[in-house]
Amino acid sequence: MGWIDLFANANYDFMGKRRIFYVIYILLIIFSIFVIFLKGINFGIDFTGGNLVQISTKNSDISKVRSALLQLNLKDVSVQNFGQEKDYIIRYSSEIDAQIVVNKLKEILNDEIILQRAEKVGPTIGSELRRQALILSIIAIGLILFYIWIRFDFYFGLGTILALIIDVIMVLGLYSLFQLEFSTITVAAILTIIGYDVNDSVIIADRIREFLKKYEGLKIESSKLIEIYNKGINSTLSRTIITSLSTLIVVVALLLFGGPVLYGFSFILFWGIIFGTLSSIFIVSAIALDLKIRKKV
Amino acid sequence: MKTLNIRIIITLIVIAFSIYFIYPTIQYYTLSDAQKEFMPKEKLRELKKKSINLGLDLQGGMYLVLHVETPKNANLNEKNDIVERTTFVIKNRIDNLGIAEPIVQKIGSERIMVQLPGVLDRERAREIIGRTAQLEFRLLAEPQILEATINRIDRYLSGENDTIRDTTKIDTLLKNKPFSSLLVNYGGDLAISEELIDSVKKILNREDIKNLIPKGYSFFFGNLESAGNIKFRKLFLLRDKADLTGAYLINAVATVGGDQFNPNAPVVSLEFNPRGAMIFANITSSNVGKRLAIVLDSFVYSAPQIREAILGGRAQITGIQSMQEAKDLANILKAGALPAPVRILEERSVGPTLGKDSIEKGTKSIIFGYLFVLIFMMFYYRLGGLITVTIQALNFLIILAILSILGATLTLPGMAGLILTVGFAIDANVLIFERMREEMRNGKDFISAIEYGYKNASRAIWDTKILHFLAALVLTFFGSGPIKGFAVILAIGVATSLFTAVFVSRLIFDILVYKFNVKYIPI
Repeated sequence: MGWIDLFANANYDFMGKRRIFYVIYILLIIFSIFVIFLKGINFGIDFTGGNLVQISTKNSDISKVRSALLQLNLKDVSVQNFGQEKDYIIRYSSEIDAQIVVNKLKEILNDEIILQRAEKVGPTIGSELRRQALILSIIAIGLILFYIWIRFDFYFGLGTILALIIDVIMVLGLYSLFQLEFSTITVAAILTIIGYDVNDSVIIADRIREFLKKYEGLKIESSKLIEIYNKGINSTLSRTIITSLSTLIVVVALLLFGGPVLYGFSFILFWGIIFGTLSSIFIVSAIALDLKIRKKV
Repeated sequence: MKTLNIRIIITLIVIAFSIYFIYPTIQYYTLSDAQKEFMPKEKLRELKKKSINLGLDLQGGMYLVLHVETPKNANLNEKNDIVERTTFVIKNRIDNLGIAEPIVQKIGSERIMVQLPGVLDRERAREIIGRTAQLEFRLLAEPQILEATINRIDRYLSGENDTIRDTTKIDTLLKNKPFSSLLVNYGGDLAISEELIDSVKKILNREDIKNLIPKGYSFFFGNLESAGNIKFRKLFLLRDKADLTGAYLINAVATVGGDQFNPNAPVVSLEFNPRGAMIFANITSSNVGKRLAIVLDSFVYSAPQIREAILGGRAQITGIQSMQEAKDLANILKAGALPAPVRILEERSVGPTLGKDSIEKGTKSIIFGYLFVLIFMMFYYRLGGLITVTIQALNFLIILAILSILGATLTLPGMAGLILTVGFAIDANVLIFERMREEMRNGKDFISAIEYGYKNASRAIWDTKILHFLAALVLTFFGSGPIKGFAVILAIGVATSLFTAVFVSRLIFDILVYKFNVKYIPI
């Protein structure tokens, strides 16, 4: 039935080819880590401390703003375009108030400048947030491992957590590649992804367990196990992909219309959802399968 | 379907409650400015209280986190007491400003969070909140003592210069009077021009120099003043012992007055309580002819001569730059000094234009996100898709109603959370539809496909929802304002999604099947 049923009769041999996907994944992880180390994470003032000023100008282009800022002798100063063409974000670490910077810019540039946003974060808050983000991520991952473990089995739990960590590393790799600013809202997106990433894995795990029930107490050959896992993945392929797509489509709306404040957030969600779907098949199921085979043989 | 009517009633009750709780929000945000003006203040406040608050990132305003610098040797109870009193004083100061709906809250053990919606004069707000406002009256040292001290410092420093004479060329004046050459005489007082203040401070802060100052006295700088283009501060030698403090103050009013030279200058009139008045009378009567400095936060505002005993318990602070400053000062003094100084740890200010822009972006994302899902689901699950996405409109309603009840705040990330919740909620419907299709492929008719589809999908739905909830719950512990708004909505959304995407969607199918005898809905 079903009017468009893309994957009704899907029968792909995902598990037979799992070693190929391992290799691809290992390359992707190495690449991501390489990028992160090479380009670094562009931590925002939420984590480093310092000042952020968002301004709207009438007719100053970025090079003018930049040279004007140089005259002010601010420490660690940077300027970047933000949203509209003549809107800028300025960051610096000197102890000078945003209003003073704006007033001086007005004088130098002889332009109408509106102070849209001023943020100042002290170093204490920054290091606190860094610690908090790390601890909460670990707690979230721990809770999820625990849930999957008691709901399914330890192998799926391990596979899920491994996939989660890999997905986060890959998302961070992309984030670093595009040098997007890492702020508190980015952490919110990552924690959301940690909760959502396992969605597809759970659906697949649930189905595989349903199929495995028939063989309870019996010794299953590894070729049979591969077949069962493939069946589990293929029969849930449609829902795995459609659930991701229906969420992805909302995230696309956020990317398109949410503006620069939400961009990094939406970016993480977008790639996180995609990676989560892929890893539910290529990592979670594959690792659970390999662990199971090793145990049985 | 015996339970059908009960389920309809439950759903209707939820809808009715949601509308009831959301109504004040709609009422409040559709009021025009003129209508707000016309409405009784009491009623408007009541309405505002019942409606959803917009976060500072949406309505514009200032967010501050302050650290209360409690004394190191204070014990836990004392610290707690100091922080609480500081919070109270700041609250009082802000209440006098007439800002709508400010929030002043103690967070953690030694921090205070302040939210000022709409405030744009950041510097003034910071001044009013952060100023310790420690008011003291101290007697000046006799002029001879001051002179002797300055000379002693000069001699000491020039002796020091002797030893480095070989390497540096210092002109004779500087050599003989290295300290007093930094000072000028201004109307009988010592004054230092702005650019030299740092050098003077550096000298006075030296331990060896401090030993040259007579016991029981300390140097104090005056307020920043200006004469023509020159900005300067005066320098005073004051007694260490404060003779009278702001603790005895009962009132402070900004007026004009001042001295005979400047009759229209802004001043703050002070009124002391009987005990303060008595102390003041004692000081003034026993020190006629001497000068008494009015010191605020370690800066001398003025140092008038005591002409006669002052018995009424009244005094005046002069040397204030503007009427605005006088008013703020009076406000701060009336609210009382901060029991301990505060330091700003975090400040976030958003202008009103950016706030409006964010509301627009958030709304647009919600509308388009909803439309995208609607189109996608209609395309893939036809009428079934249309029904389920339409039901999700109810999800918005219920979440917003719960936010109203909780008195929560809607932020830009929160708006993103709203539309994400709908995206996540639809997951459940996809799981159900896929199961239904599977059941129908296995030969079941539509009606039993509904039955089995919902039943068999429920396990996976609960699993995913519990995992979403866990992540959202962890997130509520992270960071501040905007992110919390997002996490709270995500967590609430898990519960409401189960209601809308499972309970209500099933209900609609059942109504169509059992009440309207629909045999098949294309999914």
